[in-house]
Amino acid sequence: MFSFKERAIKFIFSCLAFSCLLFLLAIVVILFWQGAPLFSYMDFSQFFFGKSWYPTSQPPEFGIFPLISGSLIVTLGAMVVCVPLGIGSALYIYELSGPNSKKILKPIVEILGSIPSIVFGFFALTIAAPAIQQFFNIPTGLCALTASIILGIMAIPTITSISEDALSFVPNSFREASYALGANKFQTLFKVTIPAAASGISTSVILGMSRIVGETMTVLMVSGGAAVITSSFFSPVRPMTATIAAEMGEAAFGSLHYQALFAIALVLFMTTLVFNVIAERISQKYALKLGANR
Amino acid sequence: MKKVKVLCLSAALLLVVGANVFAQKEKLTLEGSTTLLPIAQSAAEKYMDLNPSANLVVRGGGSGVGITSLIDGICDIANSSREIKPAEITAAQAKKKQIEVIAVAKDGITVIVSNNNPVSNLTQSQIADIYTGKVTNWSQVGGKNEKIVVVSRDSASGTFEAFAELALKGQKVIAGALMQSSNQAIVSLVSKTSGAIGYVGVGYASQSIKAVKVNGIAADKTTVQNGTYPFSRDLYMCVIGKPKGETKKFIDFVLSPQGQAIVEEQGFVSIK
Repeated sequence: MFSFKERAIKFIFSCLAFSCLLFLLAIVVILFWQGAPLFSYMDFSQFFFGKSWYPTSQPPEFGIFPLISGSLIVTLGAMVVCVPLGIGSALYIYELSGPNSKKILKPIVEILGSIPSIVFGFFALTIAAPAIQQFFNIPTGLCALTASIILGIMAIPTITSISEDALSFVPNSFREASYALGANKFQTLFKVTIPAAASGISTSVILGMSRIVGETMTVLMVSGGAAVITSSFFSPVRPMTATIAAEMGEAAFGSLHYQALFAIALVLFMTTLVFNVIAERISQKYALKLGANR
Repeated sequence: MKKVKVLCLSAALLLVVGANVFAQKEKLTLEGSTTLLPIAQSAAEKYMDLNPSANLVVRGGGSGVGITSLIDGICDIANSSREIKPAEITAAQAKKKQIEVIAVAKDGITVIVSNNNPVSNLTQSQIADIYTGKVTNWSQVGGKNEKIVVVSRDSASGTFEAFAELALKGQKVIAGALMQSSNQAIVSLVSKTSGAIGYVGVGYASQSIKAVKVNGIAADKTTVQNGTYPFSRDLYMCVIGKPKGETKKFIDFVLSPQGQAIVEEQGFVSIK
């Protein structure tokens, strides 16, 4: 009887765990099922490299290159903001700060991570965008720069907490050996600790990146929404996620436009999947490197 | 024990399904224009509140889709934001059907600029030039030397469709336009951006922005109703033959003062 109960509990929990797999499968199947019919209308390179996105004009044009370039420029800009701030915070919190400032800083970073993205959006719309518009004297504050800064801030907690984990995996014996050789704190940090944690830190950067690429609400509110191919941070852009969010409600079920939006979702899904696989690979590698000494 | 449970469950299920089949209400399907969707939807809700026996289903899809469904007998009422095309009339005649068109609301689009923009009148061609990117500075249309920030609704919205047709005659909005997902978003963006130009449904113009006259005519209830304002159009509900039964009751409801109040509530202009 007892063993039956135990087996039942184990079965229930394994069902719960595998339900995630089911959800993932369902999502992938639906993305392909709804998105793939588009490619009987146009081929993939036309879709991916097409230069204009006019989904409702006659005839419609579904070129997502402007949307990809929008996602790309915003992501690049956000990385410039979040990588130094995120890694810097992690280094300070884990390696340099005293117990008191650690007690304050760690929860603050966590709170920053728990703020809903719509709140960031409101902040950006009412404070950041007008400030940037005035400061740079540009026609509108809703541009790639504003979106980058806000997304960068949003990704800091992801990077900080994962980098902190990576630093905590570096065995103390590494640092002690370095000090024993006469190295000071900064030499130890830059020559021993960071290289040892490097793969974990790069994992954090990649996961931060996939958070930025997938972020929707904030970019919908502040990126401006112009489907242009641009390399200027002062130009309004239209990332892929914002396009889906803005247009899905109005696209007729089963229409080409609807399929095109699903195809964009597919491209997004693949992008984040690749990021996650890379992150997983890197973290496996570093588990091997440090595993014996832990 | 288990068998009993299964039996009970299936009996209950059968009861529910059966009850639904027997209590089949008279069903009315509306399909078509996304512009008309908010009117049709809230009118249908109100109508079902008043007539609990009615069962209305409202779908979007676009004017063309609605009219095709009407001809094929898939829906009872087609919502259309444009007049019927000759091709559609012949398609209906081929099936020995006559489409009846009833105007249920009027839609006007106001062009708005920031309050501190001195420009207060634009011609139709100036507006088209601004939106297609031929004019990029306010000084070219009698304003300050300031870059024009073009603001537009998302290309999937009904307002965009109407504007593209009425103001741009089917030309494309420049790719650099800031696409916003709601009328409110456009009002707030234009109010905060001194070089901006945008367009919204007549119901959304407020104190925080300046409505521009088009060809010297201001958009208000009267000019939209009598059609003198250039960016105005009728919105229709189309049926096969003379409306009768539930269909007639619903269309009469939409045309009644109560129905027209819903039209105004949704940011459109009443028919009379």
